[in-house]
Amino acid sequence: MSLLNVENLGVRIGHVAPVDGVSFAIEAGETFALLGESGSGKSMTALAIMRLLPPGGRIVAGAVSFDGKALGELPESQMRGLRGRGIAMIFQEPQTSLNPVMSIGEQIAEALPPGMPRDEQARAVRGLLEEVGIPEPAARMHSYPFELSGGQKQRVMIAQALAGQPRLLIADEPTTALDVTLQAQILQLIKRLARERGMGLLLITHDLGVARHMADRVGIMYAGQLVESLPAGRTGGLEQAFHPYTRKLMQAVPSLQRAGERLAAIPGRVPALDQAFAGCRFTERCPHAFAPCAGTAPEWTRLGEGHAVRCHLAAHPEIVRAGEAAQALRMAGAGSETVLAVRDLRVSFTQRTGQLFGKRRIHAVDGISFELNRGETLALVGESGCGKTTAAKAILGLTPASGGEVELDGKIVTGLSERRFKPYRRLAQIVFQDPYSSLNPRMRVGDILQEGMAALGVGGEAGRGQTIAALLEKVGLAPDALNRYPHEFSGGQRQLIAIARALAVRPKLLICDEPTSALDVSVQAQILNLLADLQREEGLALLFITHNLAAVGYLAQRVAVMKAGRIVETGAVHDILARPQHPYTQSLLASVL
Amino acid sequence: MSLQPVMLWTDALVWLLVLATAGFAWYIARTPVLRESWHNVLARPMGMSSAAVLGVFILVGLADSLHYRERLDNGQFGVEVKSALDAALSPLAARSERTYSAPLATHSQSKENLEQAGGGTVRAAPRLQFGGAHLQDPQRDWRGDVIARAAAGAALGLAVCILFTALLALALARFWRCGFFASLRRLRQPQEKDLAWRSLLVTAFLFLLMAGAMAGLASGYHVLGTDKVGQDVLYQSLKSVRTGLVIGTLTTLVTLPVAIGLGLLAGYFRGWVDDVIQYLYTTLNSIPWVLLVAAAVLIVQVFIEQNERSFSSVAERADARLLALCVIIGLTGWTGLARLLRAETLKLRELDYVTAARAFGVGGPRILLRHILPNVQHLILITVVMDFSGLVLAEAILSYVGVGVDPVMNSWGNMINAARLELAREPVVWWPLLAAFGFMFALVLAANLFADVVQDAFDPRSGVKHPADPRASSQGGKA
Repeated sequence: MSLLNVENLGVRIGHVAPVDGVSFAIEAGETFALLGESGSGKSMTALAIMRLLPPGGRIVAGAVSFDGKALGELPESQMRGLRGRGIAMIFQEPQTSLNPVMSIGEQIAEALPPGMPRDEQARAVRGLLEEVGIPEPAARMHSYPFELSGGQKQRVMIAQALAGQPRLLIADEPTTALDVTLQAQILQLIKRLARERGMGLLLITHDLGVARHMADRVGIMYAGQLVESLPAGRTGGLEQAFHPYTRKLMQAVPSLQRAGERLAAIPGRVPALDQAFAGCRFTERCPHAFAPCAGTAPEWTRLGEGHAVRCHLAAHPEIVRAGEAAQALRMAGAGSETVLAVRDLRVSFTQRTGQLFGKRRIHAVDGISFELNRGETLALVGESGCGKTTAAKAILGLTPASGGEVELDGKIVTGLSERRFKPYRRLAQIVFQDPYSSLNPRMRVGDILQEGMAALGVGGEAGRGQTIAALLEKVGLAPDALNRYPHEFSGGQRQLIAIARALAVRPKLLICDEPTSALDVSVQAQILNLLADLQREEGLALLFITHNLAAVGYLAQRVAVMKAGRIVETGAVHDILARPQHPYTQSLLASVL
Repeated sequence: MSLQPVMLWTDALVWLLVLATAGFAWYIARTPVLRESWHNVLARPMGMSSAAVLGVFILVGLADSLHYRERLDNGQFGVEVKSALDAALSPLAARSERTYSAPLATHSQSKENLEQAGGGTVRAAPRLQFGGAHLQDPQRDWRGDVIARAAAGAALGLAVCILFTALLALALARFWRCGFFASLRRLRQPQEKDLAWRSLLVTAFLFLLMAGAMAGLASGYHVLGTDKVGQDVLYQSLKSVRTGLVIGTLTTLVTLPVAIGLGLLAGYFRGWVDDVIQYLYTTLNSIPWVLLVAAAVLIVQVFIEQNERSFSSVAERADARLLALCVIIGLTGWTGLARLLRAETLKLRELDYVTAARAFGVGGPRILLRHILPNVQHLILITVVMDFSGLVLAEAILSYVGVGVDPVMNSWGNMINAARLELAREPVVWWPLLAAFGFMFALVLAANLFADVVQDAFDPRSGVKHPADPRASSQGGKA
């Protein structure tokens, strides 16, 4: 008998069915990963298991049994006892999941079994903190969350989850909010703990690398359904994947091995879940769809040991694997004309300290220098808080530099007044990370695209309409987008609009600040491909800011690794990825999954 | 009899506000996002009902904002300024008694020495001049007459209600492109996405029934009694509607530019601008509000008295004081909204779309106008609607303290102020207080309920979400 058994689970929230007919089982000591893009229903599945669905949500079909007990029939009082003790959960955001006004020791003690004497409680908390790798647990248990780093907070949350001695741990995107180097450590910790305690682990993730690295078995979710279930592990389990969606997903992830190949993008978007489906849910986006796909829903087909797939083509692997040969990515040749030169750039902020009139200087960017030529891509790599975004803003004159020079197209622009900077504004533009906050929700897309041209006086009134139409076509949006508002578009489409907005003034330098880290894998591929194409066609110089080394290998010619405001290593991309010199670069590379 | 229209200052502003509201409505109709939000407001039964009640109050207030003078028999225009409402209520206004009388009474409240037909005096409550004057024997006929008049009035109300339903169905039949009866059926069984017409009809039914009964009774009695000088309390309460509405809306008109301007400037430019504005509103906030208003009102009062000649009538003088009161309350009451807008602007100015605009070299004023202001307009709207009821109540408090509107102007605050001393009388004179309370309560309750619904529909945090944005909640990505 399995530890957790989910049979044909169905969840409805209003008219939407975010989970529909999902079945899987987890054995004690086994790690099962639910892999899927946002909106595929993986988090809802976890919440349904815990019976913690959001208001209006209810389980309409199927059964969940844990340790032989049917969870659907338990009264709420017993279910409460099971949460934390039987099944524990780790959430994505350590910042908001810990109570800021309680010490971490108190918060962990809360999750311990009730009725424990005080000194025993303290000992248990110390033991847990030690187990999750917090140094000096005896002193640390009196700390408050704000005194801990993001990684330590995540460790505290894991300790909290372990306090009830659960037999099943549900981890919902446990490392998505963390830096790459931390991600590897935390994942390792979770895996070690699960193995040592013989816990079942349900891992929910959108990251193929995480699933591959962690799971014994992987279930791939698409539009509320499991479409494929297969053993993973280091022995190349995922490479056996059959479903066209899974295969596309794997080809969409940029990786060090596949530098120089075009990424596979999945056209279209996930269908709305408030409708009844007759056939396979992936039909519209599937390159191999044929007659039965639209009409009848495919049944599970067993392909091998623990490997099953929902696809009509299950008997014809040769069809699915045809046409997968990678297209080579034609990169632009770097020109000799220098577009951007940064010399010893420094940005510092004044921060008030606790004392009256007490002030302190924070050096966010501490003397960085680099050059960027026409048609070239420089990747600026580093963890959050290392000053990469501040550097970008200083280059654009949005944050005053406190020292050094920025030379745009041969003209030193640091220290210019807003008015005198204006003629150089069109030379450099920026694309931001979050497509939801980068477009004004109250403006039509047409107005958003025109704003820069109008402000900088690029092109005449008449010419602007044509320019915008051409831009929309270039980034692959329909012309009717002009009259619509940003909320009518998906995240990926918004990012396309943001790119079009930046390109509207025909800049020579485009700064991309983590342009894909808020997007799903398949959309990320589309954006990265587009950037590569644009660069080749327009001869753009790209400053590509990222924490993802895999994407660096795909897009960049040169890399600069940044740490604490300084560039610690710089060089050609293949040199750095193959032979990193600086220990920090080595640790970054080691944590790529 | 010819008329000379008179435009008082507050009239001008009220009609300006009506024009502005019409313009705003036109803008809403053209903006899909706003149209949908307002549709949500009126699709909720509570929103539709409270809007209907507010609408009735506003109609009364607007009728009272059409002022004119009558030409007297001698060919000159009279000094008295009247309004369209006065004309409609002229029977009520004309029928004054000598002093207090209870609602629906036939006899005066206080006893007097009456001369008897056969000589000699007796101390008794005299018959009223108008209230129940048509009755031969009040003791015998009163009850039947009251019921008959109320029933007749209610029947009239019912007839009007049926007419209203038919007209509504007819209008909607055109809009829905269906037959008259299909439209009636759809009113009863609304389809998805219809406005809450049923609530409108229920509200109209209840209101017309009540108004009809009151009108029926008013033909022979003082429905809500009379006050100290014998004036009809119902008439006074209705006349007070305009005062309450003017205070509630014109004050906002004064508040908005100050609050929006200072709030946005402080939030966007920060630095010394922010410091100065913050000092300004913390200082203003730390002075007791009533004291500040009282001081300002007294100054204005002295000014008005010294320039008595520049006002050609009592109404004009009272109106000037009302306007001054609006300005005073407005200038002392902008801090809350300004603080809210400053905080929101501080947040918005860091968003990427503002940074993107700055990267295009878009100037500060333009960013404020195009990127910040449209994104705080829901806050402004919610605050305006919520503040309205507070302002109506503030007028009552200030008039009660004696620094409110001019004593000759009808207002609920003045009614309460005049009635409070009479509460100690025996038998107690309760009706002016109750009437003022009832009207004010209806207006404020409707406004508060409406504000609630508006907040639900416009506040992005209150859970009613736009259809898009499926991922915003599920996965924020790496921050």
